Parts: sequence; structure tokens; C-alpha cells
Amino acid sequence: MIESIILWLLAVLVAPFFSGVILKVKAFFGGKKGPPLLINYYTLIKLFKKGSVYSTSTTVMFKLGPIISLGTALVVLMFLPIAGQDPIFSFKGDILFILYLMGLGRFFVIAAAMDTASPFEGMGAAREAYFPIICEATTFMILIFFYRLTGELQLSAYFTEGNTIELWNLTGAPLLFVVIAFFIILLTENSRVPVDDPATHLELTMIHEVMVLDHSGPDFGLIELGSFCKLFFYSTIVSRLIFPFDFGSSAIGFFVFIAGLIIVYVAVGVTESVIARYRMDKVPQFVLTSFALAFFATIITLEFIK
Amino acid sequence: MTTAFIEISNGEKLAREQIPHLVFDEFQKNAMEIVKEGGKVVQYFGYQDGSSIKLLAVLRTDKLFIAGCDAPDTYPCFSQTCEPFHMFEREIAEQFGIKPEGHPWLKMVRYHPNYREKMPDVFGNDYKEDIPGNYNYYQVKGDEIHEVAVGPVHAGVIEPGHFRFNCIGERVLHLEIQLGYQHRAVENLLYNVLAKRLPILAESIAGDTAIGHSLCMAQAVEALTKVKPDKGAQIIRSIALELERLANHIGDLGALSGDVAFLPPANYFGRMRGDFLNLSLLICGNRFGKGLVRPGGVRFSLSDDLRKTMDERLKELKPQVEHVLDLLFAASTVRARFEDCGIVSNNDAEHLGLVGPAGRASGISYDARRCFPTEHYGQIDIPENKKPSGDVYARARVRYDEVLQSIKIIQSLIDTPVETNIVEDVNYNLPSSSFVVTINEAWRGEVSHALLTDQNGKILRYKVKDPSFHNWNGLAMSLRDTGISDFPLNNKSFNLSYCGFDL
Repeated sequence: MIESIILWLLAVLVAPFFSGVILKVKAFFGGKKGPPLLINYYTLIKLFKKGSVYSTSTTVMFKLGPIISLGTALVVLMFLPIAGQDPIFSFKGDILFILYLMGLGRFFVIAAAMDTASPFEGMGAAREAYFPIICEATTFMILIFFYRLTGELQLSAYFTEGNTIELWNLTGAPLLFVVIAFFIILLTENSRVPVDDPATHLELTMIHEVMVLDHSGPDFGLIELGSFCKLFFYSTIVSRLIFPFDFGSSAIGFFVFIAGLIIVYVAVGVTESVIARYRMDKVPQFVLTSFALAFFATIITLEFIK
Repeated sequence: MTTAFIEISNGEKLAREQIPHLVFDEFQKNAMEIVKEGGKVVQYFGYQDGSSIKLLAVLRTDKLFIAGCDAPDTYPCFSQTCEPFHMFEREIAEQFGIKPEGHPWLKMVRYHPNYREKMPDVFGNDYKEDIPGNYNYYQVKGDEIHEVAVGPVHAGVIEPGHFRFNCIGERVLHLEIQLGYQHRAVENLLYNVLAKRLPILAESIAGDTAIGHSLCMAQAVEALTKVKPDKGAQIIRSIALELERLANHIGDLGALSGDVAFLPPANYFGRMRGDFLNLSLLICGNRFGKGLVRPGGVRFSLSDDLRKTMDERLKELKPQVEHVLDLLFAASTVRARFEDCGIVSNNDAEHLGLVGPAGRASGISYDARRCFPTEHYGQIDIPENKKPSGDVYARARVRYDEVLQSIKIIQSLIDTPVETNIVEDVNYNLPSSSFVVTINEAWRGEVSHALLTDQNGKILRYKVKDPSFHNWNGLAMSLRDTGISDFPLNNKSFNLSYCGFDL
């Protein structure tokens, strides 16, 4: 239990670092030096030192947005088996709880954006509400896939100790589909290229960024930290899927896990560098690709088990 | 075609009495005839001559035509059937309070009171508060229609302008653009300044088109004072204009790449834009070529050492540019964004009178360098760069072609020694009652200045036209039925000037 809490704390602490890796990779591809690896910590410290500005047209909803979005992200991490270790909390069916907890976080960010009554933010909110609906189809398809394999609806049943390698042994090829599908979900849910462009300053093209334009200072810091944690959550799962080996709680296990994490973050950076962003109306097709992959993976396992 | 308009050539001095002074009805009939047969408006403006207001139009087919008339207080508008006059009629209404009756969209251009005393404002504005956007925008009504207002203050360091989108979901039904936030009354400044300040003002009309505007100014003064710059000066001016084109086109391509979140070309082109600006710096000590062009010639010569350095730098830059162009245009995800985005049909482009790369992208081959050559362009072969598709891809592709052509042009020009006498004293003694119109193809398209002098040789009217004056409506048109999230991409593909429009 203590180890789990320490791991959780470490996860929250290092999440901003890994997001900095993406920036470094992008800078490398762009022929630039790029910001320091610790840039996100500097940004967070800067933001927390600032004061907040609230528009007179906003209500308490606007202030709740950042707190709840970070809160849900932190709680979600408590359910996450990090490096194959037991999470702080775990119960049967916790995946559904986690999914809707993240949905709750999103709801409050969207509500806070609508609260500003800015046309930009309303537009961003509409987009932010639309794309995850398609993601949810994939997520549930992956869930069905895992359920078919293990008969469990619990994160720790998939990602702790020898469970992940067991999944690969049961069904290797379809799981590969799932890894790719999950990577697409990761890009979509975390507003990365080719779905969203986290680096743009053009409000009309933004999805996630435009919703948080009116948040300033510590509020914005909370949102940023929340999104680092969210990306860390998805990356951890992908990392565990690509390096499923069980080393117990030895140091090697952690090194392998961190190597996997870095590979995932670098992959995000490379993706952002080598492809342009999709046109907004093509994004659903891209996200639906992940659904197709997960769907076929599930179909294949159905045959397999028969 | 017989017309009461007379032919004039680019940069030709005319005595004012040589310009046909028609009765208004005849003026209107002839002007509309020329334009309906495919002619375009280069200049159409009003000016005050003594107590009366007069109008003057310079139209182009493959030649230039000119005629003038006395301005009526109101008249049945041209734009109803002859769209290329649309912006010009609004401008005249704003500047001189002359109302075009039945104008399809009579609204202010730059938000300022008219120049005449006691003339009521055509638009019924009171100008106590300086808010160009204070205006009832075009509205689309419906349950699911929403309006998005962008600007005048934008993200990033760009100029101010207000954009009003009428959307249904993500789809734009109509975009209305209101500018005027940068109105400095440049044209009026030009009447009263010391003559030697004219080139400096011209360079500042639009900072990114310093060479284009200063060339127009210099050629106008040269034509009136009958000074001819030597061959070397003409070559240096052509090099400067091509360098300006290169730097801006490359900057635009980089920005287009950045707008679709394809970072490597954005970064590389950003750097190369600087490299080309630095070539201008080599020639005249200013990255934007300010201080280079003066009436009568240029203020900096091109020594053999300088030619060698430029040649070396260009040899180094050319393969880099080609490589990054390839990187950008070969990326399928980039093409997926550029193609079929923001299409302006050839028909619309003709009606709007688009010029420059935006026009060429919609299949209008007009290029002032080829049609009305000035400086050294008569001896340079400029290809027709027109593209049929009219989308963002076409606008980017025109730039692609022009970048490579400009590098070639500059390389061929610096191949042989260039000799010129540096201009020290400029003759600003303008002749009385004269007129001249000059046209140059700057990187955005056709820049034109028209200069009229009075009996005493003082400037009576100085009219400036930036290509943006034509092309802003092209941007609004490209957004029809396009996703609102593609606005920045389209905006960048036109990359129009706010201050060049606002004057």
C-alpha cells in the first residue's frame, strides 16, 4: 500500500517531465534546440505564482472546472497499476468507474468553458464533446476485448504482475491492433497532432486549448497538471502493453517501464513532427480507425476462443 | 472596340488636358463596357480640383485605358452589374460622399469622415468614436446559426482587423471582414510633406511591400520629371523586388506549414526567410530594402564583391529551399489539408478582380511583370504561373513556382557586372497639370500609384492602391462553405496586408 502511494506521488511528480520530452523531440525534428526538459515545471511554478483573473460573466462553475479536472485526473491515477505494481485502489469493475470519472472531469471543463459565454469556447466545447464520443466506442470495444480474454473488468487484472504477458500469450496479434488503437485514443484524448495542435495560437482551429483560454494563473496551472497526468495515464498503459514483462518489484522492472514510457512519449513527438494535422471533418475517420482495429481484434479473439 | 477612353502606358506622363474629360453618363457607359469585356480596374478614384470633385479611372485589358469626368452627387452604381468596381465605389463614397445608388453592399471601407466640408456622410456614421467595427454586420438568421467574432485584437503579433463569421456548426456560411483600424490617412499625408520625404512615406505604406510601393513612387516621380534611371539601377531594383518576393513567399509557405501543424518546414522556412532578408540587408543595409529605391535610381550600388557574396549565398540556399519545398509538398497529410480547401472559382475571382498569386491560383494569369513590365522585367522571361484549382494548394503552389523562378532571376541578374551611378540629389520639381500611373507586381500582386499635379506643380492627388484592396474579398469568398477551423489556413494562403488596405 505504501509503495503504491509512493508510486502514485512519483507519477504525479514526473508526469510534467515526460510531456517535456515531446517538446524536445519536436524541436529535434524542427532543427531547433527546443525548451529545457524541465520547462513544464517552470511553467507550472510560474502559473502558481500568478494571480487569477475572472470574467464578470462567469459563475462558480468556471472556478470548479480546473479543480475537478485535476481532481479526477489524480484519482484516476490512483487506480492505475504503475510499472505492473498494485494500484492504491482496485475493485471489480473499476474500469467503468475510471472511464466515467474522466468523463466527469471533461464535463466540468466543458461546463466551465460554456460558462464564459465566449463563442470560441463554445465552439471548442462542442468539439471536445464530439470527438471523445467516438473514442468511447473504441474504449468499450477494447474493454470487451479484454473482458473476453480475462473475464475481468478491473485494470489490475490486465496490467499488474504477469497479467499483461499472459494477455500476449493468449492472443498476440489482435493485441497488437489494440496497442495501435489505444495509441490513437491517446492522441485524441490528449489533444495531440493529428487531432489537435497543442502549439497553435489560432483559436479557431483549437479543440482543447480554446476551452481553457479564459483560465489564468493557478487555475490554468491546475488544468495543465491535470492534462500531464492524463497523458501519463494513457502512456503508462501503452508502455505496459509494449513491455509486458514481469520483473517483480525489482529495479529492472522500473527501468523497463520508464524505457517504455519514453518510447511512447517519443512516439507522440515523432507523430507530431512527421504528419500534419487532419482537417477537422476528417478527424472522426481517424478516430474511427481505432474503433475498426479494436473491433477486428475482438472478432478475431471470438473465433480464437471457440 | 471603340471607346472614349484613351490608351496610356505604364509610367507614362500625360498632361491633364490630354485625359478625356467625359460627360458622366458616357464615362460610365464606356468604363462598364471595358470591364464587362474582361477589363479590370487599376485605379478609380475621386479628387478635388478647385471647388469641383472629379473622377478618374484607369482600366486595364492587355493595355491601360484612362478617362475622367465630373463627379455627380449621386449616380446609379456600377457594381450592380459590374462587380470589379465594388470596392472602388465604396472608397469614393467614403472619401467624397458621392453615393452610388443601388450599390449592393454600401458600407464604409476604412471608417473616417469624408474629405469634403459640409458633405453629409453616406453611411450615416458619427465618427466621434474611432471604432471601425461599430457597424451592423451582415446577419444570417436561423435556429442553429451562430456568429463568431474574431479580432480586432488577435493572438500573436499581427495587425488589427475584425472578422465576423456566420456559421452553422463548423461550416461557415458567410464571412464579413471589417478593416480600417490602421487608417493613417497616408494619401493625405503625401500632399503636404516635404518632397524628399515622399519615398520614406511610400516605403512605410505596407512594411512588407517596401520595395513594391517605393518603386511605384519612384517611377511616378521619374516619369513626371523625365529622369530615366540607368540600366544598373533598374537591375538592382528588380533584384530588390525579387528578394522581397522570395522572403515573403518563403515566410508564407513556412506559416502555411505551421498552420497545419507540420513543424519542420515551418522552422526551416522561418530561418530561410531571414536568410533572404539578409540579402537585402547586404545590398542596402536594411532587411526590408528601405532606403534603397529613390526617384532617379538607387542609393546603393552592387559591387563585384557583393555580387560574389550574394551568388555564394544563393548557391548555398537554393538546394536548401528546394529540399524543404519538397518536404512540404510531398507530405500527403499536408496535401490533404491544402487541396480542396477554400476554393475561389475562376468566375468569382474574375468578378472580384483578384490580383497577384491569389488571382493566379484561380486561373487568372495576370502578372504586371509580364503584362506591363517596368525596370528590367522587359528583358526577363516571366512564365505564366496560373493554376486551375483556386484552393489553398494552388495558392501555395504559385508561391512554390515563384520562389524558384525568383532565385533564378536573381542569379541571372547578378551574373554580369552591374554598374550604376548612385542617386544623390533627387529632382522633385514636378511639372504642372500632369498625370502618371505606375504599376508594379509586388509579391502580393499589382501595386499601383497614381499622381496628379495642379497648375503649380504641387501634388493634387496621390492615390495608392495595394493589392490587398482587391484580394480581401477573395478571402471572404474562399471561406464560403469551408470549415471555420480552416480559416487561419486560408487567411495565411492569401496573407493580405491590413495597413496596405487601411492606408
